[in-house]
Amino acid sequence: MPQSAEKVLDHAPLFREPEYRQMLADKKLNFECPHQDQVVTDQREFTKTWEYREKNFAREALVINPAKACQPLGAVFAATGFERTMPFVHGSQGCVAYYRSHLSRHFKEPASAVSSSMTEDAAVFGGLKNMVDGLANTYKLYDPKMIAVSTTCMAEVIGDDLHSFIENAKEEGSVPRDFDVPFAHTPAFVGSHVDGYDGTVRGILEHFWKGQERTEALGTINIIPGFDGFCVGNNRELKRLLDLMGVSYTFIQDASDQFDTPSDGEYRMYDGGTKIQDVKNALNAEATLSLQHYNTRKTLEYCEEVGQATASFHYPLGVQATDEFLLEVSAISGKEIPEAIRLERGRLVDAMADSQSWLHGKKYALYGDPDFVHAMARFIMETGGEPTHCLATNGTTAWEDEMKELLASSPFGKEAQVWAGKDLWAMRSLLFTEPVDLLIGNSYGKYLERDTGTPLIRLMFPIFDRHHHHRFALMGYQGGLRVLTTILDKIFDKLDRETSETGVTDYSYDLTR
Amino acid sequence: MSLEYENDGALHAKLIEEVLSQYPDKTAKRRKKHLNVAKSGDEPGEEGEILSECDVKSNIKSIPGVMTIRGCAYAGSKGVVWGPVKDMVHISHGPVGCGQYSWSQRRNYYVGTTGIDTFGTMQFTSDFQEKDIVFGGDKKLEQIIDEIEELFPLNKGITVQSECPIGLIGDDTEAVSRKKAKEIEKTIVPVRCEGFRGVSQSLGHHIANDAIRDWVFEKREVEFEGGPYDVNVVGDYNIGGDAWASRILLEEIGLRVVGNWSGDATLAEIERAPKAKLNLIHCYRSMNYICRHMEEKYGIAWMEYNFFGPSQIEASLRKIAKHFGPEIEEKTEKVIAKYRPLVDEVIAKYRPRLEGNTVMLYVGGLRPRHVITAYEDLGMVIVGTGYEFGHNDDYQRTAHYVKNGTLIYDDVTGYELEKFIEGVRPNLVGSGIKEKYPVQKMGIPFRQMHSWDYSGPYHGYDGFAVFARDVDLAINNPVWGLFEAPWKRRPSRGRAMAAE
Repeated sequence: MPQSAEKVLDHAPLFREPEYRQMLADKKLNFECPHQDQVVTDQREFTKTWEYREKNFAREALVINPAKACQPLGAVFAATGFERTMPFVHGSQGCVAYYRSHLSRHFKEPASAVSSSMTEDAAVFGGLKNMVDGLANTYKLYDPKMIAVSTTCMAEVIGDDLHSFIENAKEEGSVPRDFDVPFAHTPAFVGSHVDGYDGTVRGILEHFWKGQERTEALGTINIIPGFDGFCVGNNRELKRLLDLMGVSYTFIQDASDQFDTPSDGEYRMYDGGTKIQDVKNALNAEATLSLQHYNTRKTLEYCEEVGQATASFHYPLGVQATDEFLLEVSAISGKEIPEAIRLERGRLVDAMADSQSWLHGKKYALYGDPDFVHAMARFIMETGGEPTHCLATNGTTAWEDEMKELLASSPFGKEAQVWAGKDLWAMRSLLFTEPVDLLIGNSYGKYLERDTGTPLIRLMFPIFDRHHHHRFALMGYQGGLRVLTTILDKIFDKLDRETSETGVTDYSYDLTR
Repeated sequence: MSLEYENDGALHAKLIEEVLSQYPDKTAKRRKKHLNVAKSGDEPGEEGEILSECDVKSNIKSIPGVMTIRGCAYAGSKGVVWGPVKDMVHISHGPVGCGQYSWSQRRNYYVGTTGIDTFGTMQFTSDFQEKDIVFGGDKKLEQIIDEIEELFPLNKGITVQSECPIGLIGDDTEAVSRKKAKEIEKTIVPVRCEGFRGVSQSLGHHIANDAIRDWVFEKREVEFEGGPYDVNVVGDYNIGGDAWASRILLEEIGLRVVGNWSGDATLAEIERAPKAKLNLIHCYRSMNYICRHMEEKYGIAWMEYNFFGPSQIEASLRKIAKHFGPEIEEKTEKVIAKYRPLVDEVIAKYRPRLEGNTVMLYVGGLRPRHVITAYEDLGMVIVGTGYEFGHNDDYQRTAHYVKNGTLIYDDVTGYELEKFIEGVRPNLVGSGIKEKYPVQKMGIPFRQMHSWDYSGPYHGYDGFAVFARDVDLAINNPVWGLFEAPWKRRPSRGRAMAAE
């Protein structure tokens, strides 16, 4: 009997005990009707070949292990970044359980959202009654300042009209006439979570800005961060930089406090977020800057329509991307970039110079949201690394073109390949046929690490199996330091592991590296 | 080992009144039927026998906008029943999200080479686009099945897990499945588990069970030599290895587990289930349907059992043994005796550290009742419990587990649960990921009782030791004593004890 009270064995050691190994071997042999071991081995080896890769890339319909989620997840995340705002998703209720779980598993924080709980009858008659009752209940129970409505694919397929439904609900007194209920249609069968983010932020801006007189306040800036699992660290870091510069700015959509509430005995359903009044005032800003272009295409269009200047970035991280962001802020605000920031920049460059010998020529595979992949590819090239595979399941042809342009701008990008619309099963073939030193992505990459032996660095949403990384910034020069250190740790840990066998490889197990 | 105690029914009644007063009238009227205080249980009785009254309305529609914790039919089928069948490919048929959010989240452990002969921790989706909604997805589904065959030739079959749009746009996944099954000569199972069907996960379980009956049973020749002690374990999803920690006991008492549904399951185990002598059902809620069918059609008896905590394990083992007669009964007594020292050690170690601590539960399936005695074995007190998607028969089965005055909540809303926990301030809450962090922010220890908080197994004797350790480490961690800044400090609530 392997178990004891003295040393309790949980799943990881328990099932490696001989009793269990034997039991599982017998189960397989007697009851599972398995394939012959050789057949399994042959197939496994076949999946490592170029021939399998070609079959894999010939897929047209089946998607396996995609690196993207659906629009309403982005909508819920976006809504969460506004003051006392309850995300309300109109459609089937199971979806909302999924969004909340997904966000909680990444942030290790509460994630509140409600559903209009539509079922078969609503599929036939439409979900108006659900909207009317739902808004009334949410308003009464959860005391929000705003309810931001989005849709699941069910409501989209049956064609529920949010605008008229919300009007109807207000007529029926679900919420006061002047209560803010912005909305966005967020069909799951179009785009991905980054588009749900875009639609929701645009919906909120339209709700507050439409028909309002704009009085331009020169030098003021709106910042829209985009869907970002590292918002907690990033937003705070960017605010610090903007404060150092003395810029007058408004973060539009800021979930950094909502997803980082303290443990002090009080559960805060709402915390932080962009104040409603600030959203209203933001109409007057001279410019709106997006930190993630592919998260804000429609929102920026609208900002231009109302007369604002706009600019967008790709997750400003590393040296040159941060430079560009700060220069743009400086140009619009008329504020100089202070010496303190120049020193920070110098410290990042210093760190990169100190470590360059370990980074030069390293090959990487990158995947994630389009702006993130762009940012990482750029930073890696700054360190002398080569972004061999750049993959975004939700990358568009426009993204592909932009990536190719970026990669062509550096000798370190000349071998790089861009994979728009491909999934992580395609990445598996890439890693077998054209191997790299490091893989950068999120927790889903752990299966690739297991199968191909490529060390995984988790730097993008969602990260379920490591804790608290999202609390630290990746953007800006400081964020660059964090990314740099994370990559180096992975390289050194691997090298130590490979050189640690006593009397065999440990001559290279150097104390100083 | 039944623990004697009574809960503060008056307080609980008051809490119910308070939460109801906050709802709009219409909603309050509806929610009132889901909340109750259990009344006077005398002697513990047989499963199913109502000795105390904890009746609430259940298995009816959730109210819009109240933040129900429930999921959907797809979650019940793909997430619970079918997903763990390891040598089949399960297509999340529709848009990308459902498959993405449920990918690898239930911790259904299995042994196999993933992507080659097993497919459990993968996400296969038809990733519906607008054109699929407009023109239908049947053609696409056919092509997907071909591509699966090309890339994963060692799969034993395929299931098509319908997401919301499929039923709304009128796709005929049954016709596609029939046609392609003939073509590739493998089992293909269409499951109509669109998320808008029914009121919770529960209908998804039922639909998934029916799909086994209609698309797996009697579809292919099954060559299998049955034996006198053949059993199926039904409704154990092998979360954190639960089914393995159960199987080892059943084998030790002399039974042959010919199929495990559906944790670590293969299609072969499902196909030959009708040849077994007895169905042992752990999660009654999600798999009773197929057991009833097998009883009617094949005359296979079924029996509920409970492998949480030593009291229930012993009772269940004896009940199971009785079905098979003296030879098995004798072995069973030996097995119980063999594990008794482990049980005694675990209780001796952990009970003094946990005695008298109060627990509130809010879970799904079988757990709101099945785990109660495991806590009581450790001297802990259950003050409240409720089901996400239980039916009337679940609440009947709960009656003899709970004590007088226990707070009962069906399909609890976020608001109610928060207020109940605030009002009761239990020493531990056992619920899901969505509830974990709000509860911990209040300074109350928490364990996820769906995923075992990434631990497990919790079933069987080996699992009980893990369960006891986990409850102890949750409650007795020093962090709970650090919540208040010293300049704001009131008397500390923390009662940390170092690990032993």
